[in-house]
Amino acid sequence: MYERIREKLGILADAAKYDVSCSSSGSNRKNENKGLGDAEGTGICHTYTEDGRCVSLLKVLLTNHCIFDCAFCVSRRSNDIKRAAFTVEEVVELTINFYRRNYIEGLFLSSGIFKNADYTMERLVRIVKKLRTEERFNGYIHLKTIPGASEELLKEAGMYADRMSINLEMPTEAGLKILAPEKSHEEVKKPLGYIQKSITQFSDEKALIKHVPKFVPAGQSTQIVIGATPDTDKEIMHTANAFYKNFSLKRVYYSGYIPISNDSRLPVIGSQPPLIRENRLYQADWLMRFYGFNVQEILNDAHPNLDVDVDPKLSWALRHLEQFPVDVNTADYRMILRVPGIGVTSALKIVQARKFGRLYKDHLKKIGISFNKARHFIRYGDSPMQLKEYEAGHIKGIILAESHSKYQKNPHNQLSLF
Amino acid sequence: METFVFDGTLEGLLTAVFYCYQKKSGKVKVVSTAHFHPDVFQQHFTVVSEDDKAKRVWSGLQKKLDPGWMLNIYKAFLSEQPQAFQHLLDFARYIIDHEQGAETNFGNPDVLAISQLGQKVHREKHRMEAFIRFQKTADDIFYAHIEPDFNVLPLLIKHFKNRYADQKWIIYDLKRKYGLFYDLEKVEEIVFDFTEEMSPSLNALPAKLLDEKEELYTILWKDYFKNVNIPARKNMKLHIRHVPKRYWKYLSEKQG
Repeated sequence: MYERIREKLGILADAAKYDVSCSSSGSNRKNENKGLGDAEGTGICHTYTEDGRCVSLLKVLLTNHCIFDCAFCVSRRSNDIKRAAFTVEEVVELTINFYRRNYIEGLFLSSGIFKNADYTMERLVRIVKKLRTEERFNGYIHLKTIPGASEELLKEAGMYADRMSINLEMPTEAGLKILAPEKSHEEVKKPLGYIQKSITQFSDEKALIKHVPKFVPAGQSTQIVIGATPDTDKEIMHTANAFYKNFSLKRVYYSGYIPISNDSRLPVIGSQPPLIRENRLYQADWLMRFYGFNVQEILNDAHPNLDVDVDPKLSWALRHLEQFPVDVNTADYRMILRVPGIGVTSALKIVQARKFGRLYKDHLKKIGISFNKARHFIRYGDSPMQLKEYEAGHIKGIILAESHSKYQKNPHNQLSLF
Repeated sequence: METFVFDGTLEGLLTAVFYCYQKKSGKVKVVSTAHFHPDVFQQHFTVVSEDDKAKRVWSGLQKKLDPGWMLNIYKAFLSEQPQAFQHLLDFARYIIDHEQGAETNFGNPDVLAISQLGQKVHREKHRMEAFIRFQKTADDIFYAHIEPDFNVLPLLIKHFKNRYADQKWIIYDLKRKYGLFYDLEKVEEIVFDFTEEMSPSLNALPAKLLDEKEELYTILWKDYFKNVNIPARKNMKLHIRHVPKRYWKYLSEKQG
């Protein structure tokens, strides 16, 4: 008797999973009406799929019917797959019942585009409105912005959603033109800009009037598919950087392309998704956002691609040995943060702890830095005398020999024959 | 070195700190009654918990530490680790003996230990917020049981009360044999004897105790869990790191 709803959920969850955002943090929506849910503070990953990705939200499409024919998308018009559509009530009931059982933090709602942009957006808004007003739901809602939807609808959506997002899809306009001629970066920028402007407006008003309604309190994000087009890491990160700057995005997600099509413009089905590259891009993204690196320092014309065998921070340090060693007992916080093997938490602990006395190897290890990696780049209370200066290649060799990379030579989902 | 034996409560531990000063003790070894093995060659002092002495120590610490650090003390205590008591006693004395700001001396072993224990317990609390799976019973109570590594129930009250303000719920710790019950107004501690049909050896409650829709949502959740996986990206090592196997028992999506 459950077959119909099970089939729908199967189809529409399957089609939504290529959108990688799962974040449920950054909102400030409290449960003030003794209703259901609370989206304040840090997000929660309620479980993880077998591919190791977080499951935080009920991520579904309203429908996978779509009038567009983007080559990289499973729901493209020309793809011969089963189609389905939820009713408004079905999405609301699933969300509420999953939430009550503590399965999820909220809803991530996206949709294929049926009829036209406004028609689709209007359906999405109807669902989130019902959740907020009738069900008094205060959980997290991530809503997709449908390109081309009217500003009135976007404004209404923003009153109910915690986060909104719209995907750039390809890192460059040229790449997008090849795979999705009906789309452009321009039509992504327009709604991003409009919502960004409205967020600023609301927060300006908040300074003057006490009770201003919330408007997209967790901000906006976007996603870039990588490996579907031959763009360099430099192009990808420079695009990401520009969008962080111009639209105050909270996140840019990088999604390694998973071959789903026999289209000759794309990597063939069965080829490995670029998981290491994806990981390196996230590391570079973190360096930009939390480690005070400028995108130019990590990727430039001389280094248009990230190294595969070492992380981008180590790679930068090896190219700039003249800036090392850094003395942890005296150096600037900014510079300690740049040492490979020292993260934000450890860097903060180091600058606090050294006020009480010199720090030695033992302290650094206990504080939790990755000592074997960091030792080539730092001086500390009892650092050994170093007679000669090592070359970058030599240091890299030592570090690689000592570490067990999480990336094995063969991807672990590929069975070895022997 | 003196040995203090206390009753294992936070109050008792704080009282022990008080006696360190009253007795002008040097280095003190602190053990809970449960971990204490009397030794013929050594004298020990039995600390009797006293509310006002404990409170004096607590408020003394409050004057020097921010609420985050006070919570760290509580969390480290809830870790129930035998070495935690010693670190807590030494940490408290270190803070009291030094100028304000001493808690940022991460070169001090007790400061580091309390900060790291607090972090560990916090992680377990966060995991429980994630991994608890309620089942709706026929009498409209959302029920879940857990076996956390540390005694985190007291830390969960606020989160679940805020979140599920309009539904009754029970979270039961099978390991420590007590639970929390929210009756739409307040959260109370409860203890109950399991009847046979509600045995703690079962991962979940049997169907006859459940709401008629419960089966549907369990199935849909499992379906969902399977469908969001991308087989081309399979990475079980990462999966297990995020969802360690010891938690699988009570995760509905990991059953069958």
